Amino acid sequence: MSKDWPLWEVFIRSKNGLSHKHAGSLHAADAEMAIENARDVYTRRNEGVSIWVVESSHITASNPEEAESLFDPAKDKVYRHPTFYDLPDEVTHI
Amino acid sequence: MNRQEALFHYALQMGDNALIIGQRLSEWCGHGPVLEQDIAITNIALDQVGQARSWLQYAAELEGKGRSEDDLAYLRPEFEYRNVLLVEQPNTDWAYTIVRQFLFDVFNFYLHAELQHSTDSGIASIAEKSLKEITYHLRFSSEWVIRLGDGTAVSHRKMQQALDDLWMFTGELVEMNELETGLASSGIVPDLEKIKPLFEARVAKILEEATLIKPESPYMQKGGKQGLHSEYMGFILAEMQSLQRQHPGLKW
Repeated sequence: MSKDWPLWEVFIRSKNGLSHKHAGSLHAADAEMAIENARDVYTRRNEGVSIWVVESSHITASNPEEAESLFDPAKDKVYRHPTFYDLPDEVTHI
Repeated sequence: MNRQEALFHYALQMGDNALIIGQRLSEWCGHGPVLEQDIAITNIALDQVGQARSWLQYAAELEGKGRSEDDLAYLRPEFEYRNVLLVEQPNTDWAYTIVRQFLFDVFNFYLHAELQHSTDSGIASIAEKSLKEITYHLRFSSEWVIRLGDGTAVSHRKMQQALDDLWMFTGELVEMNELETGLASSGIVPDLEKIKPLFEARVAKILEEATLIKPESPYMQKGGKQGLHSEYMGFILAEMQSLQRQHPGLKW
């Protein structure tokens, strides 16, 4: 039965103000069932206040083989981190 | 029967409905048609057992004879159980389980919507808390009735069969017994005559969407609310009570 059902990716917002985070995936026949399955599988211990589901086939992912060219160039660009500013002592929470 | 006793018996009746359908649904644990539905149906089982606890704790408190919720759940003989016959019917297959749940949820939903306004604050607070869960159960079972009724030829046939077989247990849901008539007169429970048309209308609406035909059989089977159960009840209790019977007072 479930082998005929498409795979869905589930995103859960743990509380208002935070963004939805990927929680996992599951099988469902359609979007409505995916939401209900996600509710039972991923929020039964009070993990969420909102659910997004999207069919896995609609996600375009970066190619792992291209990881070096995509991500390695950022490794030696430390100056892109805002760590070179002198902060006044009065400023906290940064 | 004084007010206290009547409340006790009503809390038992409500607790037994929740307990027995919870027990039935828990039989699906590890056997669901797919992983996601296994989790969903056992989740509902847990909700029902939780509601049974609320009702049986209240019953134990009302009785005031030192019996606990566990004593009431696990140590009564069959004829003292007051659950409706519908909830003790076997799971059979997914279609039967869904139809049984749907019929029970529709009734339970309208009943609890009224019970949260009960003049008895104990009943009102249990009903208010349970209603949120029951609202979800009804959404879940309604969608499955529609999905399978209006699904394939095979799923449609199985759902119609389940509906035809279970329909005769719906009369008892909305038929007042002596206890309920007494409690309704003081606003503790609703008049089931008011629930009946709501029940029928919701069932008719979902069945129509599901392309299922409401059975026309005029015969309704009843007795559960009087303690007269079907042949299945003894087997449920045998399994459910065996641990407490063999090891009295055993705790997790």
